[in-house]
Amino acid sequence: MPEIPKYLREGYIAPEELFKIIPKPSEERLRARPVAVPECPQEIPCAPCREICPTNAISMPTPNDLPVVDYDKCIGCSLCVQICPGLAFFMVHYVGDKARITMPHELLPLPERGEEVVLLNRVGEKVGRGRVVTVVPRERTKGDTPIITVEVPIELAWDVRAVRVVRE
Amino acid sequence: MRLKYHPILRFERGKEVTIYFEGKPVKAYEGETIAMALHAAGVRVFDYSVNKNRPRGLFCAIGKCSSCLMIVNGVPNVRTCITLVEDGMRVERQKGRARLPAEAKPPEFREPKVVSADIVIIGGGPAGLMAAINAADAGAKVVLLDENPRLGGQLIKQTHKFFGKREQFAGVRGVEIARILEDEARKRENIEIFLETSAVGIFQDGEEKIVLGVRKNKELLEFRGRALVVATGAMERMIPFENNDLPGIYGAGAIQTLMNTYGVKPGDRVLIVGAGNVGLILAYQLIQAGVDVKAIVEAMPKVGGYFVHAAKVRRLGVPILTRHTILRAEGKERVERAVVAQLDDNWRLIPGTEKTFDVDVIALAVGLRPSIELLHQAGCQIKFVRELGGHVAVRDPWMETTVRGIFVAGDTAGIEEATTAMLEGKIAGIAAALRLGIANESWLKEIEKAQRDLDEFRSGPFGKHVAEGIRKLLAEVGGNA
Repeated sequence: MPEIPKYLREGYIAPEELFKIIPKPSEERLRARPVAVPECPQEIPCAPCREICPTNAISMPTPNDLPVVDYDKCIGCSLCVQICPGLAFFMVHYVGDKARITMPHELLPLPERGEEVVLLNRVGEKVGRGRVVTVVPRERTKGDTPIITVEVPIELAWDVRAVRVVRE
Repeated sequence: MRLKYHPILRFERGKEVTIYFEGKPVKAYEGETIAMALHAAGVRVFDYSVNKNRPRGLFCAIGKCSSCLMIVNGVPNVRTCITLVEDGMRVERQKGRARLPAEAKPPEFREPKVVSADIVIIGGGPAGLMAAINAADAGAKVVLLDENPRLGGQLIKQTHKFFGKREQFAGVRGVEIARILEDEARKRENIEIFLETSAVGIFQDGEEKIVLGVRKNKELLEFRGRALVVATGAMERMIPFENNDLPGIYGAGAIQTLMNTYGVKPGDRVLIVGAGNVGLILAYQLIQAGVDVKAIVEAMPKVGGYFVHAAKVRRLGVPILTRHTILRAEGKERVERAVVAQLDDNWRLIPGTEKTFDVDVIALAVGLRPSIELLHQAGCQIKFVRELGGHVAVRDPWMETTVRGIFVAGDTAGIEEATTAMLEGKIAGIAAALRLGIANESWLKEIEKAQRDLDEFRSGPFGKHVAEGIRKLLAEVGGNA
């Protein structure tokens, strides 16, 4: 029997494992503008990201193939983050000593722009606090899913994948 | 407790009415079922078992399991999960084997109302609706019946966006797909719809097939058509463990029905058994409804569903315990705790690994089996095909069973996805219209396209086993995939 990948035993994928499957965007690209990174390492029958991408930056010969983003073609428009049924697309953008992570947020409450939120890693552990810089409500996205962009310390760029809104 | 706010859903409730549970008034809303109203009021025990007098409650919530039978207005054995509330209704717990009231008279069944069509479709889920829409467009007069009060089958409780391609509704939420299909079906004048109508038997009368239906537990109806599509879906599996009948142990689908269809909070703390797609999606939906998911246990050494569904709940802090199983449920008359333990590579319990979770709900997401009872009764050849979820009807590439004129589609034909159910429904609906000489040959192209879409969908690692199961069925009829 082939060995079970760690991500299927654990239910999450660590960056080291992810970047053995797809390439990591270069530092230069990450600083230029937001770039879409799919955390979708398993062959499943799904293609909306490829279908919605306005620059054909996502290659996927058949719906069961993995999405692979051409980071040079990606313009950072976030449509893939909005449409992805698996909520598996994120955008990362390095700005100074911060990273801006764009992610879906289908929970209540939806944070407000400027609000400080708790940052969660891929296993739901609190890893710090960050500020929400953009909120696109559900009605204004192309995928019926609200998306937010949160600014995090750059060393957490590849850890933070969810937020928790904490209000008194 | 009823949900007021939800990140995805808006709950529109009907007029407030009062039902009486064991004599006490319970607030309910028109349009919700008895079981949902009772659950919202905190009632978990619906009946007591025949032999050991054990408390029982809801399990499937779609009319398939008979775990929620109660006495309603004096009539026993009412499936409260699919029976709508009415103002002033009297509901009582059923204790053991119930008797009809002494003054009850048998209903007059001599001359049932006859409803005639070209094609009769049983089941108004994604497969049945697509069969109806396509058969109607191909020129057939269609009658569609479903025993639930709403159309859409299991789509009406799916808040997640579907996979596949965008022309197959990928990126659209299940609830929205249900709405689109229902609108499409309702706007076609040649589709007649009967809800709250159970199909109880299939018979042949000359050239015609008769589906015997019972509407609202009272009215006998005779549906006549020259072809049938059976799209009756599936039923949730149960696994053996101590106290597995305790109220609060629900099939995953029942929890979705409670919280996503009727806006009733299923409980406060949940343990999920099974990390297939159903269990993983359920965990996410519970979090969206504000319910605490303590853990998902999975006996296999890996996540069985799509990885992306697992990642969604892991990053919100839900542990997935692979190689773990449930040992027992504990509690008096309702779930109070769940005890799980780890398995070794030979599926033996590892002593000393027991863990107890304080939960009030245990969700079983351990698979589905096709609902083939009507096909079996109608004389269709049945075969056990593990890859398709159990016993299924042998059918050809056009979804026609071994009884000419009876077609099958969706989970009834083999456990798969709503996306494939819709494609199979399309094939079955068109094929039935072609068989009757109603559709013209140009519809062949539509069948071929749907078959290509199915092949493409099933070409990956997740679809391969289904494709293998279907090959076994086609071998029986000498057809090609």
